Amino acid sequence: MIHFDQVTVQYDDAAEPVLREVDLTVEEGELCLVVGHTGVGKSTLLGAVNGLVPHFTGGTLYGRVTVDGRDTAAHPPRELADVVGVVGQDPLDGFVTDTVEEELAYAMEQLAVPPATMRKRVEETLDLLGLADLRHRALHELSGGQQQRVAIGSVLTAHPRVLVLDEPTSALDPTAAEEVLAAVTRLVHDLGVTVLLAEHRLERVVQYADRVIHLPGDGRVVSGPPAEVFRTSSIAPPIVELGRTAGWSPLQLSIRDARRAAAPLRARLADTTPVPVRPAPAADPVTLLKARGVTVTYQGVPAVRQVGLDLRGGEITALMGRNGSGKSSLLWALQGSGPRKAGSVAVPTADGGKDADPQKLSAAEARRLVGLVPQTPTDLLYLESVKQELDQADSESGVSGPGRVRARALLDRLTPGIPDGTHPRDLSEGQKLALVLAIQLSAAPRVLLLDEPTRGLDYQAKNELIRIVDDLAAEGRAVVISTHDVEFVARAADRVVVMAEGDIVADGPTTEVIVASPVFAPQTAKILSPLPYLTVAQVASALPDDGTDPAP
Amino acid sequence: MSRTTTAAAAPPVSGTAPDPGGRRLPRTLHPVAWWIWALALATAVSRTNNPLLLFLVLAVLGYVITMRRTEAPWARGFKYYLYLALTVVAIRVAFRAVFATGITPRDHFLFSLPHIPTPDWYAGIQLGGPVSLEALLSAATDGLRLACMLCCIGAANTLANPKRALRVLPGALYELGVAVTVSISVAPQLVASVQRVHRARRLRAGRPKGPRALRGIIVPVLEDALERSLRLAAAMDSRGYGRAGTATRRSRRLTGALMLLGMCGLCAGAYGLLDATAPKLLGLPAMGAGAVLCFAGLRLGGRRITRTTYRPDPWRAAEWAVAGCGVVSAVLLFSNAGFNAAELNPSIYPLSWPTLPLVPAAAILLAGAAGFLAPPPTAPVPAPAPVPVPVQRNEEAK
Repeated sequence: MIHFDQVTVQYDDAAEPVLREVDLTVEEGELCLVVGHTGVGKSTLLGAVNGLVPHFTGGTLYGRVTVDGRDTAAHPPRELADVVGVVGQDPLDGFVTDTVEEELAYAMEQLAVPPATMRKRVEETLDLLGLADLRHRALHELSGGQQQRVAIGSVLTAHPRVLVLDEPTSALDPTAAEEVLAAVTRLVHDLGVTVLLAEHRLERVVQYADRVIHLPGDGRVVSGPPAEVFRTSSIAPPIVELGRTAGWSPLQLSIRDARRAAAPLRARLADTTPVPVRPAPAADPVTLLKARGVTVTYQGVPAVRQVGLDLRGGEITALMGRNGSGKSSLLWALQGSGPRKAGSVAVPTADGGKDADPQKLSAAEARRLVGLVPQTPTDLLYLESVKQELDQADSESGVSGPGRVRARALLDRLTPGIPDGTHPRDLSEGQKLALVLAIQLSAAPRVLLLDEPTRGLDYQAKNELIRIVDDLAAEGRAVVISTHDVEFVARAADRVVVMAEGDIVADGPTTEVIVASPVFAPQTAKILSPLPYLTVAQVASALPDDGTDPAP
Repeated sequence: MSRTTTAAAAPPVSGTAPDPGGRRLPRTLHPVAWWIWALALATAVSRTNNPLLLFLVLAVLGYVITMRRTEAPWARGFKYYLYLALTVVAIRVAFRAVFATGITPRDHFLFSLPHIPTPDWYAGIQLGGPVSLEALLSAATDGLRLACMLCCIGAANTLANPKRALRVLPGALYELGVAVTVSISVAPQLVASVQRVHRARRLRAGRPKGPRALRGIIVPVLEDALERSLRLAAAMDSRGYGRAGTATRRSRRLTGALMLLGMCGLCAGAYGLLDATAPKLLGLPAMGAGAVLCFAGLRLGGRRITRTTYRPDPWRAAEWAVAGCGVVSAVLLFSNAGFNAAELNPSIYPLSWPTLPLVPAAAILLAGAAGFLAPPPTAPVPAPAPVPVPVQRNEEAK
């Protein structure tokens, strides 16, 4: 269905080609997973399939890409619209019309499909993706999962043979992601659509994949069955890491298969006690933030309902809950910059004076007590170079005070080696996050709130983030991270707070909260349940050094 | 095929219809019908200066809008047109008072503004001086007429979905329509983006005012908007927008030339018609030639575009009725049949209460019949309730 023949892609401003002499064949009806770190050319590979690379992005493509017999050199993306459907990361960016039905019909209108056929296909697609109840709704008032399903539907109506999905679930909570991936697998199984899917959070999709295309980062492409490719690939979901640790052959990719294979492993680990993921909290932690009855409403609709929360020094708290459950509103209200209808927030000041309410202080004083990194960190960046941003941060925070560290030193500690002259927009997602974090830390707040920092980060960047927040907690700060990523929470957090409809519905140590619900449980816990293991690292430390499973 | 289309065109409706009679299915009227109705009414308004008739027009507009507008965001904008209309009247009156044209013995003196002497070379215009009641009244009625025409346009925008109206554009102008549609959708996103960045500014304790703060907001917002539009363009391209069809370079050039010439003809024609001293040849003939050229250009340009429309709006009896009653009222006001044309523009010398001429009043009331001739609008879409989302084949997939 898709053939890459000696394909090399070279962008004009890059020294090295992104893809180098790639030979690749994807057969009809395959669900193909594209994996690799940020910036290794996943998007380039996907874009090349429908001709966006190089027709839209620029650069030069050597070699030949054919899709369903059509050469992309001769066919620009619009001429391939009836063969390839493309769905991006943020569905809202691609919407042209404003209601569900019109959006589904848009591609067909461009392809001059007769009206009667259009009606029929719209109805079929509404049913196929479970959107029939939403047909007249405005696109912007749908939930993230619904929007992404509409985006998939809007390319499906053109009856493409190939579906290209570039990180379709990165903005979604686990349930919405399941919903979208279930729709995608249904398309593969029922309609035989060929799917090319790029995804950072492999644990969500790995069990569905028929083939994995791994981009190691040097421009080459390794393609093969998942169990083979993951044996050596530099990135892998926890289930694969567990398999590698336990020495399974072949590697298991779905929870069901892994549980069967893990029976001997569970027997071996039955008598052991897992080493704690995080060091035990201090016996007498200081309370750094005390919130009581915090309520946030938007035009009368409550987003946060009378939430009480204590944050203690040295503790990393994960804030979870589905999209729209009030996580962001709570974080903004705690920082004092967001609206707060009722309730109180008390933060002890550094000099040991009376507790202060950050909302009643000036912005400069509030950020010395509580720092917040917003969901889109780039909202805070507006200067031309990293150095200018850092200098600006120093002057905003008044680093002359005792015990203050310059922002540059902070950044070097978080992520060493970001050159001064780089434009902030050219940094990778992880580097941007580190830069904004350094800017916020330059004010030396003892409470730090991170709003969905894991969005768009690959495994490497997440490991980096875990190290950073570990260090921050070790310095005695209280850190709150709102996230959907349960694997990240299992490895990073001491405590998990789950919100729903503006209420806190669960609050407790990570081990207890996270294992209690099947949706929230990390893969290792699902496989080794009822044993209280959460991460692969715990398992590895319980096994002997050679790591092999003694069972045959 | 067109049969199927028409039959399928009435959108299915859930919920109760707001039509008390219940005999007509609720649907949206063809946007062009509303535009013809509103433009005809505006034309009728241009004929009269009579404040009673003008107020009657406003009442008719108000009635039709309350009866037939939907709950969509664009349908809530009529009050802004009313504010705009009030501003127009106020400006008109204020200008007349400031740039006074003097006062004659027959005028009723109202008040006097301090006179500002103007230099000799500027003698044509006076600033300040005595202001008469007659001058203000004539300015007010003039302003009211303009305001009424504005409100007619506002009514069309309120009653017809602007996006659907743009779809009626001929194929050759399709790109223009899409550009407008996209900018309509992007504007709210831009506002949201500004609010988000503004809120984030406080996190860095940036200065809330001044040029530096402005930069702190504008740079992230513009970068955001630019990236967003690039992604939108990529998405539209990969969904088949702008497929070339069968156009050759030559036919594209021919279309351009025809359109350009046609526009020139239209401009020259309009000038010829409006300026009495222009040669006769410049009037109607130039206008006609221009129109023909434009039409040919649009047809030729439209031919190269292959595109179909999902659920085209049907044109049925209700559309004829609504457009018809608008046009009839305009024709009646221009026909001078059964009334004295002077009654449309009552003189303010001597100052007297204007009379309400019967036939024009009836004509305007006739336009108001659109309020019940049009089918009731579709019931509002049920408010976004938490919809349980079916997760299909989840178990199986695992």
